[in-house]
Order: sequence, then structure tokens, then C-alpha cells
Amino acid sequence: MAKRIDITNVSSYYGKFEAVSDVSLRIEPNAVTAFIGPSGCGKSTLLRTLNRMHEVVPGTSVTGEILLDGENIYDDTVDPVNVRRTIGMVFQRPNPFPTMSIYENVAAGIRLDARRMPKSELDGLVERSLQAANLWNEVKDRLKKPGASLSGGQQQRLCIARAIAVEPAVLLMDEPCSSLDPISTLAIEDLIDELKNNYTIVIVTHNMQQAARVSDTTAFFNLAGIGQPGRLIESAPTALIFSTPGQKATEDYISGRFG
Amino acid sequence: MTKLGAGVPDSIQGSVVRRGDLVFRRLAKGAGLAVLVVLAAIAGFLVWRSVPGLRANTANFLTSTAWFPDQSPSRFGIAAIAFGTVVTAALALLIAVPIGFGVALFIAFYAPPKLATALGFIVDLLAAVPSIIFGLWGLQVLMPHLGGLQRWLNDHLGFIPIFHNSLGIYTKSLFVAAVVLGVMVLPTVSAISREIFLKVPHSNVEAALALGATRWETMRMAVLPFSRPGMISAAMLGLGRALGETIAVALILSALNVVNWHVTEPGGNTFAANIALGWNEAGPIGLSALIASGLVLFVLTLVVNVVARSIIWRRAEFHEGL
Repeated sequence: MAKRIDITNVSSYYGKFEAVSDVSLRIEPNAVTAFIGPSGCGKSTLLRTLNRMHEVVPGTSVTGEILLDGENIYDDTVDPVNVRRTIGMVFQRPNPFPTMSIYENVAAGIRLDARRMPKSELDGLVERSLQAANLWNEVKDRLKKPGASLSGGQQQRLCIARAIAVEPAVLLMDEPCSSLDPISTLAIEDLIDELKNNYTIVIVTHNMQQAARVSDTTAFFNLAGIGQPGRLIESAPTALIFSTPGQKATEDYISGRFG
Repeated sequence: MTKLGAGVPDSIQGSVVRRGDLVFRRLAKGAGLAVLVVLAAIAGFLVWRSVPGLRANTANFLTSTAWFPDQSPSRFGIAAIAFGTVVTAALALLIAVPIGFGVALFIAFYAPPKLATALGFIVDLLAAVPSIIFGLWGLQVLMPHLGGLQRWLNDHLGFIPIFHNSLGIYTKSLFVAAVVLGVMVLPTVSAISREIFLKVPHSNVEAALALGATRWETMRMAVLPFSRPGMISAAMLGLGRALGETIAVALILSALNVVNWHVTEPGGNTFAANIALGWNEAGPIGLSALIASGLVLFVLTLVVNVVARSIIWRRAEFHEGL
């Protein structure tokens, strides 16, 4: 079940340094929201704040409120482990577990669940996840091979399969295509388009064409200068952002006059 | 036309032997061969020098517990010292490996950065302490203090044969030697496994966390499988040190050549301690006998290493390029 995310006055810090400041934004379910902006504008930090991965780095902190279908994920009673099981993540560089086979990689998240799943049921889930990630046909004959034996694009789709195997409500993608070739990128973009039927998707990208192609809503982030916190400049339907941006800074950025 | 720098060669034809390459290749090859030569020389020396003793021996070299090579007739066997060596080394590993891995995991993943640095430094320091110091400490400090523990083991776990002690004497036992060895080996195991744990790619740790793994599940999913070959290596290096450790054991054990499963009772001996203690008083046959026992220790460590390697290589496919 896709869930809505409401971000209210969120700031994320590394020690005393404010990486992203005072963001308020609504992320709709069953839609793709793209975060764009120059390097260092805090878009990846904000993404990691959404599933409480930001706090994994020592010395970091977050202020503000993030509601997942009305539930504050930063509430004291909330277990970050459960947040991360609900909000999946795909990273910039493909990171399959090198010691696991393709099959084991997909099953990794499911095996975390306390309940033991019968082999046949697990087989089915692995197959469905790989199919959903458009990887099944390429790997079905070598599920026992190491995940690291796949090409970069296949590895990234394997990571997507691993993330969706646990059936999260939200899928966060941190520049998922930045280390991939154009054909693999296209495969992933097609996949994102299919996945939004079932998930809320947030994607950070440096590639504006990609944001224009895959997203329904685009949020533009910017920073006033080096050492300044990143801020949300504006967020609007993607078609609008790329045709008639509301802010001068957005227009400069997407037309390539900046950053 | 003026050339900048060397420019392009006049022709790409012809093969040139570049001296740097040649020198480097030969040096590398020589270094590799030197290791083999040294190994073969040691093995050759051990075999060659052990023949006279083995010829003179009237007892079974493998099953006898006696060690009287210079008597007439000469009688000696390695049963007791092999038993002592294997038992002390195994017990030492049993103590050192879980604690060593625990310390390493704590330093690599749990401790706050400053504490981790300090702790890592201390562990490295401990690994560099000479074994004679460990031996003296074991003799003077540890042995008196282990009496209580061994008595407790006898009183409460005495039904397990190895903890049974019918003498009521708890000094100079294999158990004390094993604890000292365990403490000696601990920093080695810990220092190496810490380096291994620190090599785990951060991206894999993050992948596990992002899947909703707890700290421990992250260890099990991303850290331990990745580190397994290195952890085995760390344990094996520890085992190697425990098997070969001489002076600390020689100080503690009472050098009684017996096979006694009651490890808290006095007595017992090891290859290395037996050689160190017996060398100065040994006659020609005695020396040869000691060298023969050294040959067995040499083979034992070789076997341990081969087994460790084969475990590491068993899933080599999953560790290519790591």
C-alpha cells in the first residue's frame, strides 16, 4: 500500500552544520516525486531523512516533523527499524550483498522478518520481485550465482528487487541511474513508471531529462552558497516546473544557466 | 620541428627489453622463490637431523608418552606433547576467538570514534607485548588467581571429565597455560579481525540497514559473511601462535609428559616447551629426537594452514575481487 508523506519544517544537520533547512513538502502516494538541484543542496540528505537513514551517521540530527499517512516517523515511540522496513531505499551505486547469490539477495529482507516463510512461498516471492524489477528473464537460470556477477544495470535492478521484495509503502531512490549506461537507465526509468502503481516513489536525480521523463512532481532545491544550508525553492507538477517555473532560480537551473 | 619532451617514438616496430621491468620481474620472482627455498630448507633440515634419533628409538614415536631419548635403550614418543600442544592451543582459541571477535566488532561498529581509536591502539600494543612478559605474568599473577576458578569448575562441572580434578592441586596445569595462551592470542585475533571488519564496504552496511535490519542483523547479513575468510585467517594466525608459543608455556607447565584429560591438574607438556626445556641437556640422540618432534609441529602447523585456506577458498566465487 502506497503511503503519503507530509514533511513539515524539517531541517537535517551533520553536527552543527545545517545541510538542509526548513523544508515543508507533501509527497503524494502512487506518484513519482523528483528532487532536483545542484550538488550540496541537501536533496540526498533530505531523502535519507525520510527513512531515518540520516541518523545512521554519527553526530547527525533532524528537527521538524515527517508524517507517514499521519504518523510521525520521528516520534519517540517509533522504531527506526520499522520505518526502514516500511520505506525502502535504492542507493546511488548498486550495492548487492557480495557474499550472497542473486536469490539470497532478493530474499535478504524477507528473511529479516521473524516469521519463517516456506521455501515454495519464498521462491514465488523472489520470482515476483525479480519480475517486478524486470530482471527475472535475465537471471532465472542462474539464481544461485553471486549477485556481484551481474552487470551494473542488472545489479541496480537486483537492488530494486531486493527493496520491493519486502513490499514497502514507499521507495526512495538516490540517483539510481548515475552509475549506469543509457540503456540500463532507460530500463530503470521504465521500471519506475510501473512501480508507481504500487508505491510512493521519491527519486533524487542530477539528470533533469530524467526528472522530466519519470516524475509527476518535481521539487527544486538550491543553496545560497558554499557552507549555506540547502533549501526547497519550489515544488510543482513536473510539467509546470519545466515549462513555467515559478522562481527565477528554478528557471536558471533547468535551462542550464546555473549549476 | 622542435620536439616537446621525448615525443612519439620514431617507430613502434621492434621489441625493447626495458631494464626497469626486467629488474623488477627478477626481483619479484626471486623473492617468491626465496620463500619456497627457505621452506624446503627447513623441512629438509628437520627430516635430515631427525633420522638418527628415529633410528635409535625403541618406543613408538607417535603413541609413546615417554621422553628418554638419551637413555639406553632410547625411548621417546610425542603422544604427551602432541596432546598438550593441541589441547592448550584449542582451549586458548576457545577463549580468544569469541572475545577477540567481540572486541573487534565493538571497535569497528559500536564504540564511539574516540573510544574505538583508543581501544584499537591498546589492542595493538597488547599484541606487541613479548611472550616472556605474558609468561611471567601468567606464572606470578594469573596462576594464583585461576585456582579459584578451576576449583569452582571441579566443584560444579566436575562431572565433565576435563574439569574433574582429583588431586586438589590447581597450579601448573594445561588449563592455566591455555588461559595465558588465550590472553596472548586475543590481541592478535582482535587486531586482524578489526582490520577485516573495517574493510566491509559501507554501502553494504547501509543496504542492510535500509532493508530494516537491526544492528545485529546487519552484522549477520553484511558484515560477518563478508569478513568470514579474514576471520578464519585471524583465528588461524592465533592458532599458529598458540601452537608454537614456547617460553610462556615452558614457564608455566611442570613439564610432565603425561596424557591427562583432566586439564586443571598439574602436568602436561607441549612441543615447543619440550624443545626449549630439553635442548641444553640433550645428548646427540636427544637433540635428534627433539628435532623430530619439531618436524611434527612443523607439519601440524602446515596442515592447520592448508585446512584454513581450503575453508577460505571454498566459496571463492563469492569473494572474487574482494
